[in-house]
Amino acid sequence: MLRDITLGQYYQTESVIHRLDPRVKLVGTILYIISLFVCNRFTGYLIAALFLGVLIKLSKVPFRYMVKGMKAIVFLLLLTVAFNLFLTPGEPLVQFWKLTITKEGLRFSVFMAIRLTLLIIGSSLMTLTTTPNNLTDGMEKLMGPLKKIRVPVHEIAMMMSIALRFIPILMEETDKIMKAQIARGADFESGNVIKKAKAMVPLLVPLFISAFRRANDLAMAMEARCYQGGEGRTKMKPLQYRKQDFAAYGIFCCYLAVLVLVSQIGMIV
Amino acid sequence: MGIIQASKLVFEYIRRDEEGNAEGITRAVDEVDLDVKQGEFVAILGHNGSGKSTLAKHINAILYPTEGVIRVDGMDTREEAHVWEIRQKAGMVFQNPDNQIIGQVVEEDVGFGPENMGIPTKEIWERVEESLKAVGMYEFRKHSPNKLSGGQKQRVSIAGVIAMHPRCIILDEPTAMLDPNGRREVIRAVRALNQVENVTILLITHYMEEVIYADRVIVMDRGKAVMQGTPREIFSQVDKLKELRLDVPQVTMLAHALKKKGVPLPDGILSAQELAKALGY
Repeated sequence: MLRDITLGQYYQTESVIHRLDPRVKLVGTILYIISLFVCNRFTGYLIAALFLGVLIKLSKVPFRYMVKGMKAIVFLLLLTVAFNLFLTPGEPLVQFWKLTITKEGLRFSVFMAIRLTLLIIGSSLMTLTTTPNNLTDGMEKLMGPLKKIRVPVHEIAMMMSIALRFIPILMEETDKIMKAQIARGADFESGNVIKKAKAMVPLLVPLFISAFRRANDLAMAMEARCYQGGEGRTKMKPLQYRKQDFAAYGIFCCYLAVLVLVSQIGMIV
Repeated sequence: MGIIQASKLVFEYIRRDEEGNAEGITRAVDEVDLDVKQGEFVAILGHNGSGKSTLAKHINAILYPTEGVIRVDGMDTREEAHVWEIRQKAGMVFQNPDNQIIGQVVEEDVGFGPENMGIPTKEIWERVEESLKAVGMYEFRKHSPNKLSGGQKQRVSIAGVIAMHPRCIILDEPTAMLDPNGRREVIRAVRALNQVENVTILLITHYMEEVIYADRVIVMDRGKAVMQGTPREIFSQVDKLKELRLDVPQVTMLAHALKKKGVPLPDGILSAQELAKALGY
């Protein structure tokens, strides 16, 4: 179950999307997410889904990798949908017991489900096609101007890249500890939510201890390899925009224009 | 002049109980003298808590001596101005490969050290290529380290150190977490570096089989360097090694037992072939 989270897992292959500058992918993903929340028509979502579909096809990453990422948020998704479905005031549609489903609620919850699904798949696509190092490089570069107001941009980027690298390792470790505890009679499956949460304590304590030990080791290894912060550091893969990156920005602008157009037409009609 | 020179090196730390009160002082390294020459392959042996790792951390300026002096390539590690140069000259490989790989892709990890040193981009690529080739991991350069075996990960760690062009490499139990195959891979890579590139190697281990290739073996016990000599000299003193709770290679053990029973054999037999030859087969 814990291995299913693909966020931060890079999928190795050669594709147009993989070769794009991480800044393009970052800006693109952020704009895409914004576009999902601004859009409020089904045609708009259709375009967004189609656009994402084409990108996935281009990326050559098997679709099941993105769906894997979805599994982890199914619960969150259902919760959001349920809240929207039952708690949005408006014209009642169905009513049973104390729960009312309104027309607005139904529309809103379906939108929410689509939004979250596309959001997760969209951001998984970014993390699957960009190495975390590349990604944080992009972030560092994009946030570069913030250095002037003393934001530790390099340090933040480094922390994020390390956090991303350790996700799979800590996942594996959690699995291992879980199995070890199960072998000694721990029960993670039965009982109510509170009981299940309590059962997590013997899982989390060793995990935290191990994470701190790893952090300590890693810090030492980094210092041993002359790491001394961002000053005077060169880049093995410096970021440089190429033709295809500008083309990608262009394509993205077209997508946004179409989306805006569609919602505008919708408003008028 | 030797590349690593330590004289009367002492490292002490304060032992604390669970509330953080000082209980006493422990001498982890006790008046150790060390002189390693350029191109030498030195192995440091000792069981857990013998101070061998603590000693290693001094060479990389991660720990500083309480008493005595340690010099790397003539530079005193306690002088802050030299710290980064020392860390570049004396690269260090640690026990757990997962906790020392920073990059998400093999080549990015190998490039991490040169990046920190401010090497120009073009040269970083040359160094990455050459060091990955040196440990035989070049075809894995685009892989994610998480998908490699332990031995391969450890070879990537070694490549990451080589890319900084160190004059000596300290390996702190690099094989402790590996299976026999991974162990063999790593030791082969280390020996190749020593013989082909003439890199000084300081191998810390408690596996006796890895020690037999060394030019010199230092045995540590309770912070002191108790024995020193060639592998043959060390392993001919089977009884003393046993006293220090160290195992000897099985063949050496067998030869020793045979000799005690009256079979005429030379001291310090290190390999099965040697034993067979000595027995006249």
